[in-house]
Formats: sequence, C-alpha cells, structure tokens
Amino acid sequence: MNYGELFHVTLPETALDLAALLVLLVDLAFLRKAALQVRLSSAAVIGVIGCLAAMWAVGMQTSAGFSVDGLLVLANGGVTAVAQMGVLVLTAVTLLLLIDSSFTKHPGEFVAVVLMAASGGLVISAARDLLVIFIGLELLSIGLYILTAFGKTSAKSAEAALKYYLFGGMSAAFLLFGFSYFYGLTGSTNLYEIQSSIANSGSSPLLIVAWVLVVAGLGFKVAAVPFHLWAPDTYEGAPAPAAAFIASVSKIASFTLLLTFSFQWLQVSNEYLSGARPAVEHYIVSAYQSWQHLALVLLIAAVASMIVGNLAALAQTSVRRLLAYSAIAHAGYILLGIAIYSTYSGQSDVMSFWGNAFNAGVISQNAVLYYVLTYGLTTIGAFGVIGVVERTTGSDKLDAFLGLHKRNPVLAAVLLILFLSLAGIPPLVGFWAKFNLFAAVLAVGGGVWPFALVALAVAMSAVSLYYYLQVLKRAYVMPAVDDTPIHVHPVTMLVLMAIAAAVVLAGCLPSVLQGWIASF
Amino acid sequence: MLAWTIYLSFAGALVEALLPKGKPALARAVALVVALAGLVIAICGFAGGAGQGRVVLVDTPWVPAMGIHYTLAADGISRVLVLLTGLAAVAGVLFSWNIELRTNEFFAFFLALIGGVYGVFLSFDLFLLFVFYEIAIVPKYFLIAIWGSTRREYAAMKLALYSFAGSAMVLIGLLAAYAMAGSHSTGIVELGHAALPVSFQMWAFPLVFVGFAILAGMWPFHTWAPTGHVAAPTAASMLLAGVVMKLGAYGCLRVAMGLFPHGMDPWGFGFLGIGSWRDVFAVLAVIGIIYGALVALVQTDFKFVIGYSSVSHMGFVLLGLMTLNQIGVTGAVLQMFSHGVLAGLLFGIVGRIVYERTHTRQLAELETMHLSKRLPFAAWGFAIAGIASMGLPGFSGFVAELQVLVGSWKADPWWTAAAGVGIVIGVAYTWRALQKAFFSDAPSMAHTHEHGHELAAITWPEVTGFTLLAATSLLVGLWPRVLLDSIEPAVKALLAGGAQ
Repeated sequence: MNYGELFHVTLPETALDLAALLVLLVDLAFLRKAALQVRLSSAAVIGVIGCLAAMWAVGMQTSAGFSVDGLLVLANGGVTAVAQMGVLVLTAVTLLLLIDSSFTKHPGEFVAVVLMAASGGLVISAARDLLVIFIGLELLSIGLYILTAFGKTSAKSAEAALKYYLFGGMSAAFLLFGFSYFYGLTGSTNLYEIQSSIANSGSSPLLIVAWVLVVAGLGFKVAAVPFHLWAPDTYEGAPAPAAAFIASVSKIASFTLLLTFSFQWLQVSNEYLSGARPAVEHYIVSAYQSWQHLALVLLIAAVASMIVGNLAALAQTSVRRLLAYSAIAHAGYILLGIAIYSTYSGQSDVMSFWGNAFNAGVISQNAVLYYVLTYGLTTIGAFGVIGVVERTTGSDKLDAFLGLHKRNPVLAAVLLILFLSLAGIPPLVGFWAKFNLFAAVLAVGGGVWPFALVALAVAMSAVSLYYYLQVLKRAYVMPAVDDTPIHVHPVTMLVLMAIAAAVVLAGCLPSVLQGWIASF
Repeated sequence: MLAWTIYLSFAGALVEALLPKGKPALARAVALVVALAGLVIAICGFAGGAGQGRVVLVDTPWVPAMGIHYTLAADGISRVLVLLTGLAAVAGVLFSWNIELRTNEFFAFFLALIGGVYGVFLSFDLFLLFVFYEIAIVPKYFLIAIWGSTRREYAAMKLALYSFAGSAMVLIGLLAAYAMAGSHSTGIVELGHAALPVSFQMWAFPLVFVGFAILAGMWPFHTWAPTGHVAAPTAASMLLAGVVMKLGAYGCLRVAMGLFPHGMDPWGFGFLGIGSWRDVFAVLAVIGIIYGALVALVQTDFKFVIGYSSVSHMGFVLLGLMTLNQIGVTGAVLQMFSHGVLAGLLFGIVGRIVYERTHTRQLAELETMHLSKRLPFAAWGFAIAGIASMGLPGFSGFVAELQVLVGSWKADPWWTAAAGVGIVIGVAYTWRALQKAFFSDAPSMAHTHEHGHELAAITWPEVTGFTLLAATSLLVGLWPRVLLDSIEPAVKALLAGGAQ
C-alpha cells in the first residue's frame, strides 16, 4: 500500500475537503458579524474555488488509479473522470445559485456540507471496491440528510429530512446485505474479482438475490420505482439549493456507480485475454449470460419508473413534486441505457462478438453519462428558477408561476428553455440526450425487447410534455393574478441565463460535449 | 440560398422576442419584412431551381460520431412547398395586422413556426427533419393558447399532445430505421438506399405514416384539427391548415413512403378487399374526404365549416399519395399547395375579415346581418375562395383534385367513386355556408349584436393578403404547368427509387 499514490489519486477529494474546512474557518472565525449576504457569497466563492481546484486535480490525474495488491480500488480516467468533472461543475453551479437564498443563518456549514457530500460523490465515481463504494455512498448520503434538514424554520424541511433519512438508512442496510452476499459468493470485495469469480463459476440463484438487494440500495439513490417514495417529499421539503444538489450531483454519482457495476461485469482484462482461447470464450459467454439476469432486475425498475413517474407527475400541483416525479421518469430512461447490453445468442465467433459488444457498450456508457450530466444541469437550473419564484411568492404551487412572463420575462424564458429541454423538444439538449441514449440502446441491443422498451420510453416522454406544459402554460398563457415584477439577484440571473444558454448550445452542437466525454 | 428562409425566420423570431414591448407597429413591420424576404427567397429559389433535380444546399457533418449530417437540399417538391410557406407567411402577417396583445411575442412564435416549417421542407437528413418538425409544435401551442378564442387552452393542449404523440411514433420509427441500417447515417438518401428488410418496413411504414398523418388530419386522428383551427387566431389557423398540415403529408411522402416503400406491399391475405397498408390508408383517406364534408355540412359555427373542410381536402392529399402512380402523387403535392393557399384564404376571410367585425361566427346570427350588402368584399371574396375550394375549373383546386381522382381511378375505381361523392358534398357545404353567412334574406334582428352599426372598413392588409392568395390560386388554376414542371420530375424520381 503506497500512501503517496493514494494521496495523489484522492487529490480532488482532498481539495474539496480542504475547501470545506476553509469555508468553515472563514465563516466562523472572521465573518460571524457580517451580513448574511456577505457570508453566503464568501462561502460560495471559496466553495467554487475548491471545486475548480478539484477539477484541476482530476484533469491532472495520469495514473490508472489506486491499486492494492494488484486490485483496483479507486479508478481514474474514463467514466470516472467524466463523472467527477460533472459532479464538480454541478456542485459549483449549485453554490453559485445559493448566493441570494435566505433559508439559513449558517451559510458556512451549509457550503461545507455540500463540499463534503460532493467529495463523497467523487469517491463513489471512482470506487471499484464494495467497501469503498459503501463509504462513498454514506459520505454523500449523510451530507444530503443534513442539507435536507437545513431549513430549520420549516416543518416541511424537517419532515422531508426525517423521511429521507429513514428510507436512506433502510436502503443502506439492504445494500450492505447485498454486498455481504457478494462477498460470501466470491470471497472478495473487489468488483473485478467478484465478476471474474462469477464468470468462471457460473451464476447462481444467490447472485440474483444479492443483486436485487444491491439494486434496492442503489435504486433508492437514483429514485427508481419502487424505491422512490422519498423523492417527492424530499424535493418538496428541502431548501431549493439542497434539492437541486440531491437532484443533480447525487444522481450523477449514483448512476455512475450503476454504470461501473454493469460495465465492470462485461469487461475482460488483458491478462485474461492472453489466456487459452476456449477458457476466454467461456468466460465471455458466461459473463454476458449472467448479465442477462441482472439486467432484468434493472429493466423492471426502469419500466416501473417510466410509467409511475410520468403518470404520477400528471397529477401534481406542486412544481417541486412535479420535478421529483419527472426525475423518477428520467431515471427510468437512464436505467434502460445501463441495463441493456449486447446479448450473446450463440454466435460462433465469440471474440468478434465480444469486440463489437465492447465497443457498443462504450458508446452506450457515454450516452448514459451525457444524459445524466445534461439532465443534472437542467434540473439545477429548474430549481434555481423555482427558488427565485418561491422567495417572491412563498409557494412552489403551479399557480405561483402565473404570469411569470410579465413579472420577469427573462426568468420566464429560462424556465421555458429548461422545461422544454426536460420534455425533450429539439433543438434543446434534453432531446439530444434522449435521442443519443435510445439510439445507443438500439445499437447495442438489437431485437424486439430493447425496441419495445425504447418505444415505451418515447411514448412516455410524449406524455411528459403535458405536465411540463402545465407549468409553462401558467408562466405564459394564463392571466396573472399579481404582476409586480420579480427581482432577481444579478449573479443568480447570470447563472440561470448561462445554464439556459448551455442547454441551447449543447443541443445545437451535440458533438462538442459528446466528443469531450469520449476524450477521457 | 433557400436555406436562408430558415435562418431569416429564426433570426426574425429572435429579434421579435427582444423588441421592446408596446410597439406593435414596429413588431408588425419587422414580421412583414422577414416574411417578405422569405417569400422573395422562396420565389427566387423556385425560379432558379426550374429544370433541376435535387440540389444540395448545405451538407456538413453535424454529429460525426453518429453519422448525422446537417443536410439541407431542395427538389421539385420541396421548392413548391417552400413557396407555399412563403406565401402563407406573408398572408399570415397581413391577416394578423390587428393583433394588439403582446404583438412582438405573437410574431416571435409565428416566425419560429415558419422557420421550423421551412426547415422540414428543406431537410434531407432524417434527424434534422425531425428536429425542425418538433420545433414547429411548441409555437403552435402558444399561438393558440395565448391569442386564440373558443376553448383555446383545451384546443391548444389537444393539438400539442396529438402532435407530440404523432412525433413520438415518428421518432420510434426513425430510431428503429437508423439502428436497422447499421447506425451509420440518418441521411434520407442514404437510408433510402439501405434496403431495409421487408418485414421491418411492414411495421415501420404504418407507424411512421400514421405518426405524420396525425398532423395531416387523417381520419380518425383528425379531431385536433377542427378544434385547433377554430380556437386558433386567424394567422395561426391559416398556418395550421395552410402549411402545418402539409408538414404531415410531406412527412408521409418523403419519409414514410420514401424510406419504407415495401411497407405498402400486399400482406398476402385480404379482408373485405383490404390487402395492404396502402389499402388501409386509402380507405381512411376516402372516409376522411366524405366524413369531413358531411360534418362540415351541419356545422353552425362558420369556422368549423372551414375546419372540417380542411379534413376533407387533406383526405385528397392522402388518397393521392396512396395511388402510388405518377399522376396521383403529383396531384397530391399540387393539392397540398392548392389547399394551403385556399385554406389560408378561407380562414382569413372567416376569422379576420368577418369575425373581427361581427364578433360572431354563428351562421344563424350571421344570417340576420345581410353581410353581402354590408361587407361586399368579404362576400365576394368568400364566393371566389369557396368556388376555388369546391374545385371549379380555373382555380388550383380543380387541377389538383382532378389529378388525384385520375390517379386513384387507375389504382382502384371505387376510391374515385367515393371521393367524387365527397366533391359533391363539398359543393353543398360551401354553398350552404356562403348562402347563410352572406346572401341570406332572413329578417334582420335589429339592435342585436353589431347589427345596425356601421362595420369597420376593409383595411389594406386584408385586401393585399386576399389578393395575394386568390391570385396565386387563379394563376395555378390557369397555368398549372408552372408548378407541375417542378413537381412531376421529383415525384417520378421518388416513385422510381424510394428516396431517390
């Protein structure tokens, strides 16, 4: 075990945690008497600088990761780097949108917790060992419980936090239980060893049990049906920046973890490839076949999420709850991309099957990352707008958005762009993300079932237009009850406009972000 | 150069969105200039493209990793429909000259819609075409929901959901075709050459065809059309009936029929004389023709008469497409143009010239107003438009519907017979509306509604818009070769080789 190497690999996390300590120090030692606005701004600025430093550290990574006894514990580059960059960018955006909020008198603590939770997100994205995964998840989750509860004067915030905490604790227990099965089956906590052990010995019914338990734990994190019950209450009760953080950063980290699980399952190391051909072929076939069972569990959750999320969103009157259900629906689409991989159906040339399957897998993995990153950005923007409207009207009900185009035309335009993007209207990025994802799913998984699932997803996203339009209808069409202008802090406005511009630009020039993701 | 119709319209929309509020005159002027510029480019492109086949305007890689190109091109069919869009845009701006509520936003949505429509007609990449197709949906919603009348929010939502459901079907077919062809390209030409398996085409064709046909108002998926047209502000109904429904028909022709030509092959078994998807859709088209005409015959709201007549006339387009022969499909494209012009004309007269003055569209109330004496321009205008619309020789409708009927006779005489009945009913509902709305001698009910007051004089934008559209219909009716020379070679190529 080389601590120097460990330090080098965890430099981004270290940068974030140092920034967190610095925020606390500055806020508690020097700014106790300062105005809330000043304290918020300085905490946010230090936090953003911390994120930038961590991004720099991610970009500087050159090694393949941190290994113990030749087994990878923390990965570097590839999916990990993209996800870490995403976590950091979105954390920074969340912090920037914090500047004119007023839900707390302790901005230093809030920002510090955000940064620490984000460092948990970084760990999750890199982890390749069950124990490290669990530590990262808890680091993130505990931060999120605190953030949810931060609106100390709001009963809803407390209720939401308690619910979130109880569900979270329960799901963590399931996850650990599932992990212990994995360990029992294979004698290792390392993902690679687990996979190769199962591929060599063949799958067993206990494997499915273990996987169902793990999916229960991770399904909670990504708010997939039937583990979604916390989401509407938490989205509704948490302070807007905390909700934005939960809806974006935490989602990226958790989906990356699921991607790691699935992709790791279908990888064959070079060491193995150089072995005797029949053994390698048996290994590949067995890995792809055992994934079919595991994928089924994810697909059930995906279908349920798409249907329940979209249908339940139709009935919402609170925009936050509406976004929560729409998040559940989006999780369903993303799970399709994670679950569906090429199926081995008796091809005689196993090696060329594996080559094609692997390439297709990389494409669909990138498509999932693209979706998660752009969805996270759009959601943060949406919560930014909701936060502004809430501060003025005191409500997040649909009717709070009445006449928004008169009260603040720019804010209304941002809302229009973000919601249409969530609904998947071109040329906005949400459309491209969906197209990219569904095209990748069809490319890897030819056949009736992937096609039927994509058809369901497309049909369901047609349904989603209805509820997004419910919000936009109030902003643009229905008469205003109150048309006093809404004033927005210039920084907030600027950040929201930048998000909207990014959503439009990334939609018009999709290959830029796509190329960036593929470049890692 | 034609590509600039798209860019200009979107730029115009952006400028309108940024214009200071409360200056309607400025907003109108900008919109008129942009629409006129588009029309001029469309005319130049049409004239310049004479005798040429498909001309590629722009072709650059857009998403190289997935083989998606930004391909704009124009063939004879595109040029005709772009010309129609230019005309409809100018007429639409002229007929919405009286919009005072949020004028600049109105024209912003209006021009965004126009830009999307131009884009669809010029796209030769399936992905790009779909992008433009969807761009056209959202402005429609807002145009109707904000500036509309009768049950506008309901109608707008219904229209948006129908459109989005249709485009979801199209997207599923598009994704499947892309994956089936090996995920290399989304070019319409390339996919047309991909030789997709017949069994795949058999189910992709109906999926995509219906997806587009929803927007073309195909029975039984037409119900968005009458409510949408009626609720929409005049300019939006003109665009909806005039060009947006043509987007659907164009998609049916270019995408569904171009990419999946074998989807129309016989199934190998027959049921009640229906043995292929082609028969199914032809029968639905014929039902649409007769059903739309019959329902138009009993409407009490003047605008609903025109709304249902659109369903009937679009039935001719779909029937023409399903003939799969040169003359029938040519007739279908010509009918798209003709109906685009005439529907614009009819909606302009009913929605703008009459309704804005009388504030009623109920035929029973209009009967008592003796509009032929008080609004002679409207009365004679509607008479001309109605005559053109019912297919009298000398106007565009006659040439178009005649060709469709000849083509369908070749395919199946029964279709022609049934569609002919539709034409007869068309004469009946047009005369009925004309008589009730303008030339009735029912006793006047004094002191009700606007009766007794002097109706506002006809304004210059109305006269100009009317003249533009009526003259176009007359010109095409007298000299159809001007469009046919452009349409015929393109249709021939399309029928011969899938998507050329």
